This record gives sequence, structure tokens and C-alpha cells, in this order.
Amino acid sequence: MLRWTLAKVLQTAAVLLIVSAASFSLLKLAPGDPVELMLGDDYSKESHQSLMIQLGLDRPLPEQYVDWLGRFVRGDWGTSFVSRTPIFQYAFVEALPVTLTLSAAALGLALLIGIPLGVLSAVRKDSAWDAAAAAFSLTGSAFPSFYLGILLIWIFGVAFGLFPTMGFVAPWQDFWGGAYHLVLPAITLSTPFMALIVRITRANLVEVLEQPYIAAARARGEPAWRITWVHGMRNVLMPLATIVGLQLGALLHGAVLTETVFSLPGVGRMITDAVLNREYMVVQAGVMMTGCLVIFTNLAVDLSYPVLDPRLRPR
Amino acid sequence: MAVRDLSGADRGVRLRAPTLLRFLAHQLAARPFFVIATAVSLAFLFAAIFAPWVAPYAPNFQDSDALMAPPSAAHWCGTDSFGQDLLSRVIFGTRYVFLIGFSSVVIGAAGGLAIGLAAGLTQGAVEWGLMRFVDAILALPSLIMAIAFISILGPGIDKVIYAVGFAMIGPFARTVRADVLQVRAQAFVEAAGLMGVDRLRIIWRHILPNVIFPLAVQATIRIAEAILVSSALSFLGLGVVPPAPDWGLMISEGRAFISIVPWISGVPGAALALLLISLSIVGDGVREQFDPKLRANR
Repeated sequence: MLRWTLAKVLQTAAVLLIVSAASFSLLKLAPGDPVELMLGDDYSKESHQSLMIQLGLDRPLPEQYVDWLGRFVRGDWGTSFVSRTPIFQYAFVEALPVTLTLSAAALGLALLIGIPLGVLSAVRKDSAWDAAAAAFSLTGSAFPSFYLGILLIWIFGVAFGLFPTMGFVAPWQDFWGGAYHLVLPAITLSTPFMALIVRITRANLVEVLEQPYIAAARARGEPAWRITWVHGMRNVLMPLATIVGLQLGALLHGAVLTETVFSLPGVGRMITDAVLNREYMVVQAGVMMTGCLVIFTNLAVDLSYPVLDPRLRPR
Repeated sequence: MAVRDLSGADRGVRLRAPTLLRFLAHQLAARPFFVIATAVSLAFLFAAIFAPWVAPYAPNFQDSDALMAPPSAAHWCGTDSFGQDLLSRVIFGTRYVFLIGFSSVVIGAAGGLAIGLAAGLTQGAVEWGLMRFVDAILALPSLIMAIAFISILGPGIDKVIYAVGFAMIGPFARTVRADVLQVRAQAFVEAAGLMGVDRLRIIWRHILPNVIFPLAVQATIRIAEAILVSSALSFLGLGVVPPAPDWGLMISEGRAFISIVPWISGVPGAALALLLISLSIVGDGVREQFDPKLRANR
């Protein structure tokens, strides 16, 4: 068990190193001279040279990488050329909570609605209900989310005026106001995810319900809800956990678009604006943050398998 | 599956065309959604190839008498804020959609094949390193990875193709590796090895053919994803540059006018949604056809 855990952690560390090296090279490959960007149009050769040395840009690349990684881990992510504020403050303290709140709301909504829908269509297999759920799951997973967001803005924001169509209110300051502002973005982001959860829950539960142990439970006269939710769902948890973990990347991908559609000041908006403003250090910070988020979630999912499924516990 | 009715009655009596019609009718009855979705996807492909003949106007023709005009006889889907005909722009836009979709999938599949083969055929530290490399690609969501590439490469159609293509290497590499491992464990590969067949020849004659086919199936399924990511890039203003009639770009242009003229975003968005849903039904059908495990579950 310890050995297996250690191997997983080692793998994760290697992946982290590769992602960080890639993020580092992003800055090196980016067009333009960072020193020129910082100095503006008018500078002397001496000031250019001294800033190069001050920034350590004259040293060999591996040394620069180690130096950069060390500063990154300590939270020194550099200063934004545009706003002249520390990038760590902007990216980690301000933007990341917005994206995490949005993603958590979308994930919660997707699980809360998706699982019961999936269970219902598995229990009533081949009914009209099942067909409707299948149609929803197909449409929902293929529908472009940014277009869905615009449609929701048009229908609920403009035509009916029910929900706000832009802006973010922190739920930890004003819970109901925050939730109210999150309704449309959360629906937009959760739809493809919900569709997937319906599909996964249905497919796995259908298979599980055909198992002999379910027949045995029925024969013992256990109530239907217990058979489905206790005996059946126990074995659907694993694939669900896998999907939730694997799809976190897709969730962040959707968050980039949702944030742009609804003008939310999250990581996605930050990266998009940074590319448009040629602020490569901010792009780099965004890439590192999303990469780390996905990598650590994957590790958590991997490590949760033995907890969720006793058969996988290595002896 | 078994499709053509070749029972004695028709053979040699009917001509080719009715047989084809019967075939289509049979398919339509057996798998209506798949046939309709295939027809819709082919219609989009047709529109892309024959755009100049199908579209009523040139994509950048500006009708200054009809700015933001609602759908009418002259402009079936209305016009945008420059007076450009939306239907024509959507039709010309299919060219970008398919060009970017196909090309980037080819790049992703080729890169994935190379890395997946290497990871599947090597052992020990090299395999471990390659797999961590694939994990690292997979750790970044495809859109964010594509954005990172765009930030280095700059905007433009060719850049979008590269960015989306590179971002798709990870998933392809992972499936190729899994296929390689499966094929490598087969008795015929082992037999070839024991017979002293050259290692490169085994890869070329025995492993590659068994990996290419599932890869092609994967590629058809992933075209929809490539189209989605590339139009998302354009929607964010990081992809194809205006005034090209790219759907993502058109949706983003119409966003400012959503409350007064909803069709500017609505028309290209509906086209994108229709195409993606159709492609996903086609992809599911293709996967079902070639994956016996999936068929058994139905």
C-alpha cells in the first residue's frame, strides 16, 4: 500500500516537473524581448544590460529554470506589466477563487441533477423517460457551451429579465447575491458535465443491476430504493469518481468560456486577456495553476480508489 | 451490420439505384438518428466544398441598405452589423470549420501515433518518462493548452490548426499506447518474435496495421472536439482573425447586439450546435460499429 502510494506520488511529481518546465519554456519561446517590454521604447544599452543581469537573463537556462521554480513555489510570480501589481495577488488570490466557485457550483449542480436522472433512466430502462434522458445527454454533451451561455443570456437575462447576465458577487460575502449571480453561468458550465454524468450513471447502473448479488437482494425482499441506492450505487461510485476527476480539465476548459460569456473575473478571463495583452507571465501563471489543479485532483482520485473499492486495496 | 437484402427475389432483376435506395431505407429504419446525422454532416461538407455556388452572397459583401436586417426574402437569415449576409457567411464558414477540424486532427493523430507507439513499444525508464510526458499534456485542458500555444504562435488560421493539433496529441497518444500494449500481448506477435522476424518488421507488419484502424475511428470521433476548441478560440478572439467568416468569431461579434438583434449570434451558433450534435451522433455510431464491446451492451 505504502509502496503503491509512493509510486503514485513520484509519478505526480514527475508530471509536475514536466508541466513546470513547459510553462517556463512558454516564457522563453514567447515572441519579443521581455526586457524591452519592461523598459518601453526608450532605453539605453546600459540599462538594458543591467536589467538583463538583474533579472538573471544572462545565466544558463537550467539555472534560470531552477531559480524560477523556486520563486514560483514561494509565491513570487513576478509583476504584471499592465497593472503593475504582483501576479500572485491577481491570479491566485483574486481570479482563482472565482473559477473555483464557478466550477464547484457547476459540479454540484451536475451531480445533484445528473445522478438522479441517470438512476431513473437506468431503473426505467427503455422507457420514454430513458429516451428523453438519452436525448438530453447527447445534446447536452455536444452543445457548444459558449453558445448555450449566450442563449441563456438572451432568454433569461434579456427577454425575461430573471437573472443577472454578468459580474461576480463573492458568495462568502453575500451568499444569496452570489448564488443569484451564479445561476446562469453555473447552468452553462454544468450542462455538458451533467449530460456526461447521466450517461455514466445509467450505463454503469444498468450493468450493476444485472449482477447476481442484486437478484439475491431482491430475493431477500429488500425494498427497491435500497437495492438501487445502497447496493447498486455503491458500485457506480468508482466510475463516477473517475469521471469527475478526469473531467476536471474539461470543467476548467468550460470555465474559460463561461467566464468570458458572463464577464466573470476568473482564471479563464485572466489568461485570455493576458494573451491579448501579451502578458506572458500571467499566461504562464494561469497554465501552472490549471495544470497543478488537474494533476492534484488526478492524484486524489487515484488515491481514493482503494478507499472506494476494497477490491483494489493492495495487500 | 447485416444490411443488404440479397434474397433471390431482387438479385439480377433490380438495377443498382433501387438497391441503394432500399439500403438507405433499411438503414433509416434501423438507425434513424445515425442516418439523419450523417446526412446533416454531409450537407455541411457539401456546403463547404461548393460554398461559392451555394451561398447567395459573397461572405464579405456589405449591403449598406440592410444593416442588422431581420431575416427576409433577400437575406434568409438576416444580416450582421456590417450588412453582411449571415447565411452566406455561415456557408463560407463551414470551410474554416472543416479545414481546421480535419487538419488539426491529422496533426494530433500523427503526433499521438508517434508518442503512443514509442511508449507502447519501449520498457522501463523510457516508457515511464514518455507516459509522464503524455500525462503532462493531458493535465492541461485542451483549450488552455491551445491558448498557451496561440500566445507563442500568434493568431491566424494556420496557428489555430497547429495549436489545436498539438493540444490533441495527449489523448491520441494514450489510446494508441493502450492499443499497442493489447496487440503486443497477442500470440501472433509473440510467434513472429519467436520466429526471429526483425523487430522493425514486426512493428510495421503486425502492430501498426492493428493500431491504425482504431486510431482512424478515434480521429473521426475527435473531429467534433477539434471544431469545438477551434471555434472557442475564435470566440475568445484568439483564433481566426476578422473579417473571416469563422463561426466562433461571428458568435462573438453578435454578442454585443444580443438584446436587439439576436440572430447575429444565433445563426452561426445554431449551425455550430447542429453540426456538433450531428458529428457526435455519427461518432457514436461509428464507435458502436467498430467496438464489439459497446454493441454487446446495447
